[in-house]
Amino acid sequence: MSTHHVTVTVNGTAREADVEPRLLLVHLLRDTFGLTGTHTGCDTSNCGACTVNVNGRSAKACTMLAVQADGAEVRTIEGMELGGKLHPLQQAFWDNHGLQCGFCTPGMIMQSAYLLEQNPDPTDDEVREGIAGNLCRCTGYVNIIKAVQQAAAELRSAETEGAGAASA
Amino acid sequence: MIPGQFDYVRPGNLEEALRILKDREGEAKILSGGYSLIPLLKLRLAQPTVLVDIQAVGGLDGIIRTDDDWRIGARATHRAILDHEGLGTEHPVVHDAAGGIGDQQVRNWGTIGGSVAHADPSSDWPAVLLALRGSVALRSIDGERVVPARGFFVDTFQTGIEMTEVLTEVRIPHARPGTGSAYVKLERRAGDFATVGVAAVLTLGADGTIAGAGVGLTAVNDTPFAATDAEAALIGRAPDNDTFAIAAGAAASQAKPVTDAHGPADYKLAMVREITARALRQAAARAHGPEERGR
Repeated sequence: MSTHHVTVTVNGTAREADVEPRLLLVHLLRDTFGLTGTHTGCDTSNCGACTVNVNGRSAKACTMLAVQADGAEVRTIEGMELGGKLHPLQQAFWDNHGLQCGFCTPGMIMQSAYLLEQNPDPTDDEVREGIAGNLCRCTGYVNIIKAVQQAAAELRSAETEGAGAASA
Repeated sequence: MIPGQFDYVRPGNLEEALRILKDREGEAKILSGGYSLIPLLKLRLAQPTVLVDIQAVGGLDGIIRTDDDWRIGARATHRAILDHEGLGTEHPVVHDAAGGIGDQQVRNWGTIGGSVAHADPSSDWPAVLLALRGSVALRSIDGERVVPARGFFVDTFQTGIEMTEVLTEVRIPHARPGTGSAYVKLERRAGDFATVGVAAVLTLGADGTIAGAGVGLTAVNDTPFAATDAEAALIGRAPDNDTFAIAAGAAASQAKPVTDAHGPADYKLAMVREITARALRQAAARAHGPEERGR
């Protein structure tokens, strides 16, 4: 079986690799590119620990082949912080004790980021529905929802300030 | 879990994809969203020699209303269908089903064509297409044919698609005036496959009795199926609980659930009766709604 040359833009940087078609995206990220922030949990598209963003849509990287992502823009947890400052979601998970063991956290944050892009002002129920595909086996969901709501408020206020500055 | 080895091609148009299916007949498998196929590849239950990824094939993801019907491109995601107001308003059963499939990530990538072609005996779309008397368009290098959903789902993971064909479109006829529909799914955990899923479509006549009925069941037989005895029992009767209980009993008589992790067979039969009655009640309530619904 032949290998394929793939180019994937990960967190803004184009990366290339020669891969077997059967290689999963999560393994490309972790093993080939060394980006181990994306976790492999259940490996059956249930738990969401491997959630990343592919071309603007959240995806489970254990259920996508690396070759499918050839030419795609992928965002992982490593791409969330900016210039040493945590992303508001990362900060909010910290502030609200939104993680215990931390295994589900990268997937939770990537899915929450997608959720807030789609719906900047969700109700608690909408947050629950939005992260229904991400399992926390410490069962720390209450604080996760608090964290997502804190980040949502912060991102909305940053948006308002940004708009104000732009019009000033 | 690591899939077995295979080749991968990403044709840029449908003709190219169809040519590959013809040239490598029996070896090739179409890859759409991947959320049904990749788990099977990992378990090595599917071991194709070549995957034909149709992500670059244009024109397969539209949701179009024609005078005759709705035409849903095979690559339309569950999410795109869930978000489509016109389709969901006319056929609430479609909206119900789309929102209950997996989770957001799965709905972002999983496609209706992939799901229908995969024909998991517990999947949601087949029950909906059976209840709505929809059809699927199949293309090969030799042309196109349209196959009614009733007759398409042959057996577990088996449909009427030939090895050289691609499912390109799902078609759903327009709702007649006075129609209501619903999909009710019993699941053990949020986002799980159905323990039983029932799609119900009811059309009420001018006299208030049931003039048309469609009932599709999933997860309680070798393949999703139309509960034709239940449909026959509904026609001409008043849309009330007595009628629905009779129809639910008829649906259960046609179901052949097996005991598995979702529960024992006798429990599932009881749930077929209950969920069928609930779906019918909800469909009837929606049929009683604004007469102009979805028009």
